[in-house]
Amino acid sequence: MAEIKMALRYIRNEILVLPTRVIGVVFVIALLLLPLLTQDMYILRILAIAAIFAIFAASWDLLSGFVGQVSFGHALFFGVSAYTTALLNLRLGWPPFITIPIGALAAVVVGLLVGIPCLRLKGPYLGLATLAFPIMLMGVIFVFPGFFGGELGISGITRLAALRIHEYYIAVVLMLVLCFIMWKITDSKIGIIFHAIREDEIAVRASGINTIKFKLLAFCLSGFFAGISGGLFTHFLRIAGPSMLAVLMSFQAIIWTIFGGIATIYGAVAGVFILYPTLEILRAAAEYRMLIFALIVLLVLRVMPEGITTFIRDKIERECPRCKVRNAVTRKECRVCFADMR
Amino acid sequence: MLSDILVYGLMNGAVYAMLAVGFSLIFGAARIINLAHTAFFMVAAYAVFYTGTSMALHPVIAIPLSILIVTLVGVFVYYVFMEPIREHETAVLIITVAVALVFQELILIIFGGHYRGVSSIVSGYINPLGLRISYQYLLTIGVVSLSLVAVWLVLMKTRLGVAIRSSAQDREIANLMGMNVANIAAATMALSVGLAAIAGVMVAPLYTLEPHMWLDPLVLVLAIVILGGLGSIKGSFVGALILAFIEVTVVFTMPGGAFLKVAIALAIMLVILVVRPEGLFGVYLEGER
Repeated sequence: MAEIKMALRYIRNEILVLPTRVIGVVFVIALLLLPLLTQDMYILRILAIAAIFAIFAASWDLLSGFVGQVSFGHALFFGVSAYTTALLNLRLGWPPFITIPIGALAAVVVGLLVGIPCLRLKGPYLGLATLAFPIMLMGVIFVFPGFFGGELGISGITRLAALRIHEYYIAVVLMLVLCFIMWKITDSKIGIIFHAIREDEIAVRASGINTIKFKLLAFCLSGFFAGISGGLFTHFLRIAGPSMLAVLMSFQAIIWTIFGGIATIYGAVAGVFILYPTLEILRAAAEYRMLIFALIVLLVLRVMPEGITTFIRDKIERECPRCKVRNAVTRKECRVCFADMR
Repeated sequence: MLSDILVYGLMNGAVYAMLAVGFSLIFGAARIINLAHTAFFMVAAYAVFYTGTSMALHPVIAIPLSILIVTLVGVFVYYVFMEPIREHETAVLIITVAVALVFQELILIIFGGHYRGVSSIVSGYINPLGLRISYQYLLTIGVVSLSLVAVWLVLMKTRLGVAIRSSAQDREIANLMGMNVANIAAATMALSVGLAAIAGVMVAPLYTLEPHMWLDPLVLVLAIVILGGLGSIKGSFVGALILAFIEVTVVFTMPGGAFLKVAIALAIMLVILVVRPEGLFGVYLEGER
């Protein structure tokens, strides 16, 4: 009985006081309970893909938003893992729960290989140099069509799970867990160093911190999460194709994250879960689909350049001027230090 | 084969130089990575297709008209979508992508996805030393060289050029000295988009027009400006020639070269970048370490 009371008090004092936390919790519960309401294959498919892409977008946010190592070639990690997963599954017949982690490890190795030459590059130089890697790999894939399947890609991969609803839960639960881990990483001691590297790398180095180690760590971590999403995506669509390495794939992650709100992790997730289903709904508009999509992105960013989650958060919450704790905008005094909020 | 490499290399190098110099200009003056840059190039090519082929205007009218329209569109995009949110660099980046997508989709809706061609402005060819060079190539190389010289003169000899260069060096100080940096950036945008438009109308007869034709040049332009050093006009010019000749050589000498041309050009860019992290002619500015 006492535990239930404690739990209720925790919910009231820590979750219900902040509207953004309420939105987050409602979103998670809704995602987990959705199959009770509808078993529609199409809706589950769209949301599962959105969940997989959310991991991808969040991994870009981890590397580029938090550490400031802006990567324009994030599809590299996604594609390497997708192809590794597909080849292991097709040629050796290994099941998804082995191939996806190996694919993610391959992406980590690639993250190291890319990270080392890019350590000296900064800002736009780094971004545009990383753009080169997936395009180079795509050239290799087209030159060896026998092994990589060329333009058509590798198809005939086993499903993630036998039932669509199982696939949905695998994707959604993995997304929630991995994004939570990423969020915690950015909140940890390592995360503080990541922030500091973004703000002023030289100052961090002057404080006796080995920035090279942390930048490589960021590349590896980001590669790992992007790799998992690439492997999941391959097993979900049952195909690994060159489009997974395309420039557009890299930019999709950037569009989602910046649309949702950069350097937040939850912004990346929100961006995917808003934009990806929107793009699907727009299929009704046939040839105007991409035009409407681009106009939505254009206009929303023009009005809310910091991203949609940051914009909404600042509208419904305020920071206490004295103790810097966030408060609902309706409160007249701070919920912690009782400072006047008006 | 050597002659082919020479002609196509010069030709592509000239076009890439136009694009890369424009890209570099707007990055320098306003710190905007304008990913819609080659989309303007594509719009110019389609504009000349529409005015020249569909409306059957004479090229002497159609070409300047196309360049003017595209330049005005560029300035409009700058004032409406980029200037108000300039401090949010990442948002500006995505806005440029969205603008490029809007252009691509508009063209897809208006002209359809078919491959289109524009007839040459001048026909015929000359035969020096057994080389077959069509007049269109010569005209393109000539116009491009003239435009680049003109841009160089504008940058070095006029008040506007001094303003652009000073705001590229330090935007805040330029602002403090009483310059209207927003208008300077808009003028730079006009110059930059104008260069892309000139390149677009010149290559319209040589390239196949299709709504996705902006993607491949974009990747190469990004590689060129990085190779040459961001914001450096000289670097963009040299980088364009280097990458164009590499690309053409790979296509003519290697089996499967058409697939590998971009990959090899990018690999060479990476090698140079590892040796010189700020590109061939770039410099790190003290405030932006």
